[in-house]
Amino acid sequence: MIKIQNVSKRFGDYEAIKSVSLSVNHGEIYGVIGASGAGKSTLLRLMNLLESPDHGEVIVNDDSLTRLKGRRIREARQSIAMIFQQYNLLGNKTVYDNVGVPLELSKVPRQEREDRVMESLQFVGLDHFKDQYPAQLSGGQKQRVAIARALVNQPKVLLCDEPTSSLDPNTTAEILTVLKRINENFGVTIVIVSHEMEVIKSICERVTVMANGEVYETVEIEPAGIQKIDRSAQGFVERLTHGGDHHA
Amino acid sequence: MPEVLVEYQPEIWQSIGETFIMVGFSILAAVLVGLPLGTFLYLCRKDQILENQAVFSTLNLLVNVIRSFPFLLLVVFMIPFTRLIVGTAFGTAAATVPLTVIAIAHYSRLVEQSLLDIPKGVMEAAISMGASVKEIIFKFLYVEARSGLVLGLTTSTISFISYSTIMGVVGGGGIGDFAIRYGYQQFRTDLMFYMIFIMVILVQLIQFTGITAARKLDKR
Repeated sequence: MIKIQNVSKRFGDYEAIKSVSLSVNHGEIYGVIGASGAGKSTLLRLMNLLESPDHGEVIVNDDSLTRLKGRRIREARQSIAMIFQQYNLLGNKTVYDNVGVPLELSKVPRQEREDRVMESLQFVGLDHFKDQYPAQLSGGQKQRVAIARALVNQPKVLLCDEPTSSLDPNTTAEILTVLKRINENFGVTIVIVSHEMEVIKSICERVTVMANGEVYETVEIEPAGIQKIDRSAQGFVERLTHGGDHHA
Repeated sequence: MPEVLVEYQPEIWQSIGETFIMVGFSILAAVLVGLPLGTFLYLCRKDQILENQAVFSTLNLLVNVIRSFPFLLLVVFMIPFTRLIVGTAFGTAAATVPLTVIAIAHYSRLVEQSLLDIPKGVMEAAISMGASVKEIIFKFLYVEARSGLVLGLTTSTISFISYSTIMGVVGGGGIGDFAIRYGYQQFRTDLMFYMIFIMVILVQLIQFTGITAARKLDKR
């Protein structure tokens, strides 16, 4: 469960997030959508304090992250996994070693590490690629390694920053299926930031539409909800981007 | 073997030994002090995890000042300091003092630059996983920058050899000093050429080893 309360964040003179509040339920798949510069990535980065807010409180898994310091915040982050648009794998480590990094950081014994890395790789279907390096993999495979790495520490929350924005439609569907399975099998709360309405619609239960650093609206995605999003939010997002944000 | 090399064999071996001592200590200082200093410089930069404008500016200026000294002047300028540390300002041991100082400044800058080449996302991933500063350095930064760090040390080592050749001015000896005193000042031009040849071989060997190692280490 994630609670953002009256959080704001500036970068110099630029107000990236203006007093935003929202809450994500336990076990939910939650979407955040908006045009570039709407503040959606910053909002996501506040959820593990990759960016620290100027005001307001961030509560994740019952910990008030904004009140934690040093070692405590690092421990809290170990149960908040994150995946990125650019995967952010270590190019000089094999697939196996990449996935093992979070376990090394949380001091899991070597024997147990091996089992869990392989389990995680099997879950994303890449156990046969364990000795390859990221440079030898396709984009979709790299993102699956990143997902395996995120999963390996059994997180309660998974933050996804434009996870499919560098991928083609087929691969996007594959990655979304993996994310959905993670949510169903392990009850992991997932927050996805994307500028693609299709991505959000196909996987999220609720979505927050952001514009200019503020929450424009939050809607449930049920059949009726989709209609509503289609009419208001999608149109809104498109208007903001003047009909073409140069994204796919 | 040419007669002249046989004739001067003991002196040549001694000068090679002196060069190895001077360059060896430089490399040691570069790795033991230059590497941490360069890493610290990087981490103190704006938007980095240890961001500290005052510390960064001070260290940055210090490294720049040391590197902008013409090396011969640095050697002379440092004589009082050298005397304080080694007890004398003359000889191979004394010569290693200014050499280690320039070595630290030289390599720390190259370390900082190789770390700057790491994609920003690697740092983000490390922080999001809850890595400590020490873990970020050893399990992320040095892993991704390792080929750059090796290439940097190769470049630095070759510069150290070059710097070591002028240490004759403070009695440091070495191949360069031998080439000047015997080859140039005693008009044994052939001897000078042989010494240059030895240096060229040495540099080629180091460059080749460095590039091969860096290529092996780079999986990106």
